[in-house]
Amino acid sequence: MKLRQLFSLKVVTAVAFLLLLPACHKKQPPKPTPVPPPPPPAPKAMLTANPNTINAGQSTTLTWNTDFATDVTIDNGIGKVDPSGSMKVTPTESTTYRLVAKNDTASQEATARVTVNPAAPPITGKTTTDSDAQLFSQSMKDIFFAYDSYEITPESEAAIQADAKFLQQHPNMTFTIEGHCDERGSIEYNLTLGEYRANAAKQALTQQGVSATRMRTISYGKEKPFCNESTEACWQQNRRSHFVYSK
Amino acid sequence: MKRIFLLLFLLIFAGLNTRQLTAQDWIRTGTGLGVEKVRLAVPDFKSAATDADTKRLTTAFSVTLWNDLQAAGIFDMVSPSFYPLAQPGSPQEVNLSQWSSPPPNASMLAFGNVLVQGGSLAVQGWLFDVKNTQSPQVLGKQYRESASEENARLIAHRFADEIIFRLGGGVQGIAETKIYFVSTRSGTKEIWQMDYDGANQKQLTKVSTMALSPHVSPDNSRVAFSAVSNAEWQILMYSLELNRQVSFSRYAGANLSPAWSSDGKQLAFSSSRSGDAEIYSVDVTGGELRRLTNSRGPDVSPTWNPKTNAQIAWVSGRTGLPQIYMMSSDGTNVTRLTDQGYAVSPSWSPNGQFLAFAWIRNYGPGAPGASDVYVMDVASKQWVQLTHDGGRNDFPSWSPDGRHIVFQSNRSGRTQIWSMLADGTQVRQLTNQGENTQPNWSFK
Repeated sequence: MKLRQLFSLKVVTAVAFLLLLPACHKKQPPKPTPVPPPPPPAPKAMLTANPNTINAGQSTTLTWNTDFATDVTIDNGIGKVDPSGSMKVTPTESTTYRLVAKNDTASQEATARVTVNPAAPPITGKTTTDSDAQLFSQSMKDIFFAYDSYEITPESEAAIQADAKFLQQHPNMTFTIEGHCDERGSIEYNLTLGEYRANAAKQALTQQGVSATRMRTISYGKEKPFCNESTEACWQQNRRSHFVYSK
Repeated sequence: MKRIFLLLFLLIFAGLNTRQLTAQDWIRTGTGLGVEKVRLAVPDFKSAATDADTKRLTTAFSVTLWNDLQAAGIFDMVSPSFYPLAQPGSPQEVNLSQWSSPPPNASMLAFGNVLVQGGSLAVQGWLFDVKNTQSPQVLGKQYRESASEENARLIAHRFADEIIFRLGGGVQGIAETKIYFVSTRSGTKEIWQMDYDGANQKQLTKVSTMALSPHVSPDNSRVAFSAVSNAEWQILMYSLELNRQVSFSRYAGANLSPAWSSDGKQLAFSSSRSGDAEIYSVDVTGGELRRLTNSRGPDVSPTWNPKTNAQIAWVSGRTGLPQIYMMSSDGTNVTRLTDQGYAVSPSWSPNGQFLAFAWIRNYGPGAPGASDVYVMDVASKQWVQLTHDGGRNDFPSWSPDGRHIVFQSNRSGRTQIWSMLADGTQVRQLTNQGENTQPNWSFK
């Protein structure tokens, strides 16, 4: 077969080239015994939040930089991140974010404190709906999913319980559950996956006693991401059911 | 036509036998496979007058004609640097032996002239078999339209298709076909239309929420698509004749990825009206939905076998990561086609033999998500990889001549629409503004 012959020819040529190669080098004096490489320096790490004071419902951007680290994580649900990067977060209460940068020999921490001012009291004349919307987005916790999955994880169970409790305390609130996916994979398949994620959150809430008539669902697949970086941290942020106040 | 089937079949076999040995190489066409392309010479058409309009439209015509014939993938275009100096504008100006001998060594010659007069554009074109000195004329055509660059291109497309039909084994050319796609350049995702070569890009829909998955009807009258309408995903229709949206039935749940049967009578799509996304089909004139799949897990992206309309391939997540399956169009005889990884976006070839689709063969946590376009022979399930450039290649769609595939790729940075021959060569970028995805090649 012509292609097999071609391949054999390639192999022969490659081997011939390799054989000729040493002949091209000049003779070198013998090298001294190699010294073992020095251990890597201790990692450096820096974490900032900008702005570091926000009002409830607003976002802030975490930015971090590390050196000599092989393993970098941030707490408060973020997890493993790239050695350097930035990410938008929306803490509902004052939080200290802790970054840990490790390598084989040592580790280094860095922290950034975000102060969250409670929602401003409603200005006279504003309707109740606006403060309800604010209260809703501050209190409701989004549900996050593993990759290619629409199962409610044990970690999300706590969020479901808290959300159900809040909804029972405010029986007049109605809302939409948006299903989202990370940027990988196909537009169409992700639309169905998002639909399943929205429905999973809806079912979990109805099982906790929330009336199904209070919730609409819609999938946005990977069309409306919360962050745009091609990193594990950002992908996890996008795999969620997101609650949006309706009325 | 038979030659093309044989070529692709040989490509697939060649790909199989060498897959383990030459993991780095990919399949290329070549004369070594025993297929010879017709040597076609296409000199610029002659301007029949000296005014600026005639010259301008002659150039527009000639460039389009050349590009159409080259893009067809079935000609060995003779390089213009070999052409004799005398430019033929009509049969009496043609010296056959000059074209059939070296350096041109042509088998066929396309030539003619262009004239703009009184706001009217007239083109005369001929196709000559230069080796047949007795009666060389294969084609002699006359065209007349109002004078404009768009019409110069249109006439060139028509003449090119005539030549392709005559010399390409009776398969209709694609120079007048359209590609429908999704673009973000107006601010939100809407459905757009363009000529097969990327010209005349224009916006069709204005849903302002989000419009995805365009599929044009076989008679070119409507484009089916899915969009968020009243906070629900519905199948909507855009009429190309009326230039506006027209009504279509609404169903519960999320309704996505519409696909036309090639006789224009049925639409298949994914609906989660039962709570679980399944594939349904419905008569386009209205009537009961027919449920075709019945299993837990997302079922989406159906494509009909356009030769028979007796089979549908689609994507199912019933075992975990999405895989390609096919079934009879009544839902029976379900067969799984891919065996690993993440496989999506199937498109069935016009001759019914092949499925093009997007595949990430090794998929898992931490994987970068690169996907490539593959072609699988449905009967044998054996496949060939067409794109190798890393990055994300998705959403292949076959041209009606079965020789080309249009797809989306992010190899140039933002995701754009690209086209290529069905063997993976002659890759061309068609869009460059905004982000462009989900191309769909018209049936004719």
